[in-house]
Amino acid sequence: MTDINSLAESLKKKFADVQVEVKDGRRAVAEVPSEQILDVMYFMRDSMGRDYLASLSGADYDDRIEVIYLVGSYSDGIIFITKTKLPKGNPAVNSVVEVWPTASFHEREAAEMFGIIFEGHPNLEHLLLPEDFEGHPLRKDYKWW
Amino acid sequence: MAEMWVNFGPQHPFTHGLWRLKVKVDGETVTDVEPTIGYLHRGVEKIAENRTWYQFIPYNDRLCYVASIAWSEGYIGAVEKLMDIEPPERAKYLRTISFELQRIASHFVWLAAYAIDLGNFTAMLFAVREREFILDLLSRLTGHRMTYNYPRFGGVARDAPIGWEDRVVRNLNRIERKMKDFIDLMTENETFLKRVQGVGVLPRNKAKAWGVTGPVARGSGLKTDVRYNDPYLLYEEIGFEPVVMKDGDCYSRYMVRMQEIFESINISRDLAEKMPSGDIQIKAPKKPPEGEVFNRVEVPRGEASYYIVSNGGNSPYRLKIRSPAYIHIQSTKVIMPGHNVADLPAILGSLDVCLGDTDR
Repeated sequence: MTDINSLAESLKKKFADVQVEVKDGRRAVAEVPSEQILDVMYFMRDSMGRDYLASLSGADYDDRIEVIYLVGSYSDGIIFITKTKLPKGNPAVNSVVEVWPTASFHEREAAEMFGIIFEGHPNLEHLLLPEDFEGHPLRKDYKWW
Repeated sequence: MAEMWVNFGPQHPFTHGLWRLKVKVDGETVTDVEPTIGYLHRGVEKIAENRTWYQFIPYNDRLCYVASIAWSEGYIGAVEKLMDIEPPERAKYLRTISFELQRIASHFVWLAAYAIDLGNFTAMLFAVREREFILDLLSRLTGHRMTYNYPRFGGVARDAPIGWEDRVVRNLNRIERKMKDFIDLMTENETFLKRVQGVGVLPRNKAKAWGVTGPVARGSGLKTDVRYNDPYLLYEEIGFEPVVMKDGDCYSRYMVRMQEIFESINISRDLAEKMPSGDIQIKAPKKPPEGEVFNRVEVPRGEASYYIVSNGGNSPYRLKIRSPAYIHIQSTKVIMPGHNVADLPAILGSLDVCLGDTDR
């Protein structure tokens, strides 16, 4: 079995700006600066054996928008909850579709729900919402009533 | 011949739900597909932010109307981790048994739909009939037939009625015996085999890149199962081993599900025979403390995961649901091109999509 602590150490050693916190035997939280997200994703996939992107989504906080990548593996149960913080004014981050083709739907959904701009995504049209829908419904300031 | 786009759906028997597949055809050959979803989008993640932790349980049940206990387990398990509580032993048994019974019922719905997709009307009727024996067990346990609202934070809503364990064993013995019908009607039927063998191949590396899970991934030779990799409830004690087939075609996915029915029968029958007595519920707090949690379970279609952020308030601050069928619909883009139009129902049926949880 792969050891979560050694994986976390290798991530810390490679990227000085990434903060990693091991929660328990199968979960770790990593905070990544938004401009390094592609490098971190490539490193996780190619050098850490994380070959599975479970999910990708956003979360709206008072002062920031977070993108949360849940990166796991097909052969063990370890999940790296990888977060990156984006400013509310311009929530833009590189798309990870080139690392994981599966991210395409997830990024389209996060884009329409939170207004996050995934740079380099081939087609950021609405996925679940109608084409002419205005606003970003999962933002806290969205008025739905 | 000129290429053109053809719409399958949103109202089309092959789609198994409300969505649309745009197919680019060159004569009879499919050259490209473009899935369009969102017709059933209800905004469940936004609803969750406006309901209390307990009020969201029945909404969560309606995510996938053929596997609702399995989805409940994902949400309940996540909030239990946040609250840092664990259900008593008997509740764990009841939850694991109902979880596995739900998998059998869901696989029978898939089997019925797959049989009728490929023109096997008899097998469809038999599958629906056998499913009724599972729904009978679940409705005796929970009081409902399809959306059960059964698991609770720290236990289950009600205890099993007297004699329920014996009935589980009896009904499962019957289903196990009747599974031979499907082997005769489908697995050993040459017409069926010609339509599924070598059709819709998803190679191992593409399965990884496109993030598929559940029977689709196991049909492509990936030994992955949340019950095995990241066990919850009683799966660590059971010593569970997933079924893996390596060809990645429709036949592999079919065989994985058929063997999973036997596996689930064995698991739930064993547990029903040694069910302990005792409490079914512990006292749970009204709301979890501040924190974040990630929890995943193996629903019949694959991996369902919940990422929940709590700020200590009455309702979740953010709740993200990961649906397996969402990813499988996306993966039609790699599986379908190159096939004949007539193969599309065979491929799509083998992916077993459920639009309730895809669109959320």
